[in-house]
Amino acid sequence: MRIKLEKRREPSMAMLVTTPIASVLLTMLIGIVVFDLIGIDGFKAVVDIFLSPLLVSYKWQDVAVKAAPLIIIALGLSMGNRAQVWNIGAEGQYVIGALCSAGVGIAFGQTGGFFVVFLMIVAGVAGGGLWAAVPAWLRTKFNVNEILSSLMLTYVSFQVLGYLVGGPWKDPNGRNFPATAPLADSQTLPVWPDSTVHLGVLIALILPFVFWVIMARSEFGYQVRVVGSSTTAARHGGFDSKRTIWATLIIGGAMAGLAGAFEFVGVLHKMDLGFPSGYGFTAIIVAFLGRLNPFGCLIAGIVLAVTYVGGQMAQTSVHIPNSTAGIFQAMMLFFILASDILVRYRIRLIASTKAAGV
Amino acid sequence: MASPARLELTGITKRFPGVLANDNVGFSVKPGEIHALLGENGAGKSTLVKMIYGIMQPDAGEIRWDGQRISVPNPKVARKLGIGMVFQHFSLFEAMTVLENIALGMDAKIPARELESRILAVMGQYGLKLEPHRIVSTLSVGERQRIEIVRALLLNPKLLIMDEPTSVLTPQEVEQLFAVLRKLAEEGCSILYISHKLHEIKALCDTATILRGGQLVDTCDPAVETSRSMAEKMIGGSLKDISRVAVREFGATKLAVKALSLAADGPFGTALNDISFNVRAGEIFGVAGVAGNGQNALLLALSGEATNADPASVTVDGVAVGHMQARARRGHGMGSVPEERNGHAAVPIFTLADNAVLTARDRLGMVRAGLIDAKAARTYAGEVIEAFSVKATGPGAMAESLSGGNLQKYIMGREILQKPQVLIVSQPTWGVDAGAAAAIHQALVDLAATGSAIVVISQDLDELLSLCDTMAVINGGRLSRPMAVADAKIDEIGLLMGGIHGDVAHAH
Repeated sequence: MRIKLEKRREPSMAMLVTTPIASVLLTMLIGIVVFDLIGIDGFKAVVDIFLSPLLVSYKWQDVAVKAAPLIIIALGLSMGNRAQVWNIGAEGQYVIGALCSAGVGIAFGQTGGFFVVFLMIVAGVAGGGLWAAVPAWLRTKFNVNEILSSLMLTYVSFQVLGYLVGGPWKDPNGRNFPATAPLADSQTLPVWPDSTVHLGVLIALILPFVFWVIMARSEFGYQVRVVGSSTTAARHGGFDSKRTIWATLIIGGAMAGLAGAFEFVGVLHKMDLGFPSGYGFTAIIVAFLGRLNPFGCLIAGIVLAVTYVGGQMAQTSVHIPNSTAGIFQAMMLFFILASDILVRYRIRLIASTKAAGV
Repeated sequence: MASPARLELTGITKRFPGVLANDNVGFSVKPGEIHALLGENGAGKSTLVKMIYGIMQPDAGEIRWDGQRISVPNPKVARKLGIGMVFQHFSLFEAMTVLENIALGMDAKIPARELESRILAVMGQYGLKLEPHRIVSTLSVGERQRIEIVRALLLNPKLLIMDEPTSVLTPQEVEQLFAVLRKLAEEGCSILYISHKLHEIKALCDTATILRGGQLVDTCDPAVETSRSMAEKMIGGSLKDISRVAVREFGATKLAVKALSLAADGPFGTALNDISFNVRAGEIFGVAGVAGNGQNALLLALSGEATNADPASVTVDGVAVGHMQARARRGHGMGSVPEERNGHAAVPIFTLADNAVLTARDRLGMVRAGLIDAKAARTYAGEVIEAFSVKATGPGAMAESLSGGNLQKYIMGREILQKPQVLIVSQPTWGVDAGAAAAIHQALVDLAATGSAIVVISQDLDELLSLCDTMAVINGGRLSRPMAVADAKIDEIGLLMGGIHGDVAHAH
């Protein structure tokens, strides 16, 4: 028997949908086996990480609050990926977005209200977009690979964060901790009564529809898709590849900045060194698990948020480190990328035949 | 008993997903015979020779070599048996010398000095002129082909397979090639010659095997057949002639190109140098030339995919558009079809309807308030499919699922149905079967009849001579003086293609 890969005449829709689901299931299966091998109750660990957050109703709000930034960032990243623009630095754009938002908050002191909150959000969007404009400029002007430049800028953003919260923006009443002063209540996002679910969650639910219309129906979305599949065809059609790189990187950064602003204004209310939580990196997994489709990002964002919350639960129930969730997330990305080939190829088993001899 | 055939195929069958590429094909080639393998694109010629050369394995059937039944698991075994092949697309490293390229292609390691003397011996024997220490990027296409031929001859082949060898040669170079092939055949080497150029087959070959749709149609004597009778066997029907008004009046100048120059794109690209010509309403202007002489750059410069600082270098209906990009030029009535279908003229992973949006969205109003009118795109794609009899499942079919000829018909139709005032097309029938080529030619003639100006860039001289009113030759990025096709002499065109300009007095 021989295994042969055969190109499909058209990409398989069934595989496009089933491979992400299979990736999650495979991750769970491998997780059970590996944990059992090292002497931990693998079944319980996997149930806690992947299912408990969904079964326990008081964890739903945690899932929603963690899913929101993942979904928002993944939407922006998947638009860029469609244009073959690989922004790996969403984490940095997320941090800078939140910092810009915090800057506006600090500038207004105790003044709050709709206008100030709105301005903080806008500042977050602008900050994230500007941070992503740097790799766009380097790429279009000097052909610098945006994977490297955007990633390196992430580490720069951490330094900026450290400098601001430990220096000029340090809370004077904060016992010298490197953190900003908490926002006044009137400066925070509206929250669903008796919960932690903020307005950003609602927006994270609406945005996939907006992105779907842009990508599937608008001329701009068409342009992004053409540039992503062939820059020569794009030029023939009269689309400017450089402008598309600029636009998709800035939109990706703006979305990360928006997520950062929501996290700051809606959840944490102050900036400290613990702000970068890896959402910007995890969103890359969300984008791929969601097949770069806006609704796919919505679902995948929830799945990844579940693993975040579940990882924390498993920490207390089966005593495994919180970082276990990260391993599971990485496994999912591994399987989804590995199974990608099934969308365009089919596997055929061929009975080996003896070649007619000389 | 007569000596066995050099190569004998019986019942060769090869199946690909969804297609039967070869269906029970069998023929034989005698020692010293020049045997033509004739057929349209997609008839299964390439698949067949790939199986002889060991690149693919047949699903059924047998191959006999000098009477012995053999299997050819890979090209290395084929070369050991004495089968040489010269591919249509060369595999040469541009930045290396002729000698280095030949050495890289040899199975056995031969010291450079010995190899060089053997190369010189082979070249002397067959009158192939080639300088072993030249860098490949400085060579013409004909010279590059000679490298491939020398590479094959060094193995003392008993069968030489030539895949469409003349498609890139000037008429003079074709004559030189034929002389070499005849000499080889005299010495007992069999030649399997793949082509669809019928007059060449009549001039060169002893026997012709015709394939259609993977099946053997006939094995005939090209000396007895006419070009027309072979063509009709090839397409399996009667050939249509282009119908056009005999004497035509041309209108005002639609496209004016004045002193157009363009820097080379990359170290191996060709720069355009001071190109000027005019095309009038109703006129079809042909640009002949050997591949790689600036045709690609010319198409880009005319279509607006490459822009020029001087707006007046290209004018459409009196409007200077030289500085404008493709989209803006389309707005002034220009249309274009580049040579490469997949990834340039069309996006392979898009549906035909989505591909209609690529170039027709502005002129046909497919975009409203930033949103694409998917229904309008589908309707237009459907019209093109209908009008140009494109074989596809419908506007929702992926471009890459269409055969090359059908996609070409779709792309040509997409531009022609927009009724452009000026249409620039490159290699309009490249890789397209004879029936589809006739349909495309007719559509171009009909478009010209409505008063559009058309520029056809092609390496197929026959195509240009039958289609165009006026033509010029491009060589090294320079365009010759235009001449009326009616008074054009094939010898002169051949010399121009080879780089001897009519206006240069000291041509020798």
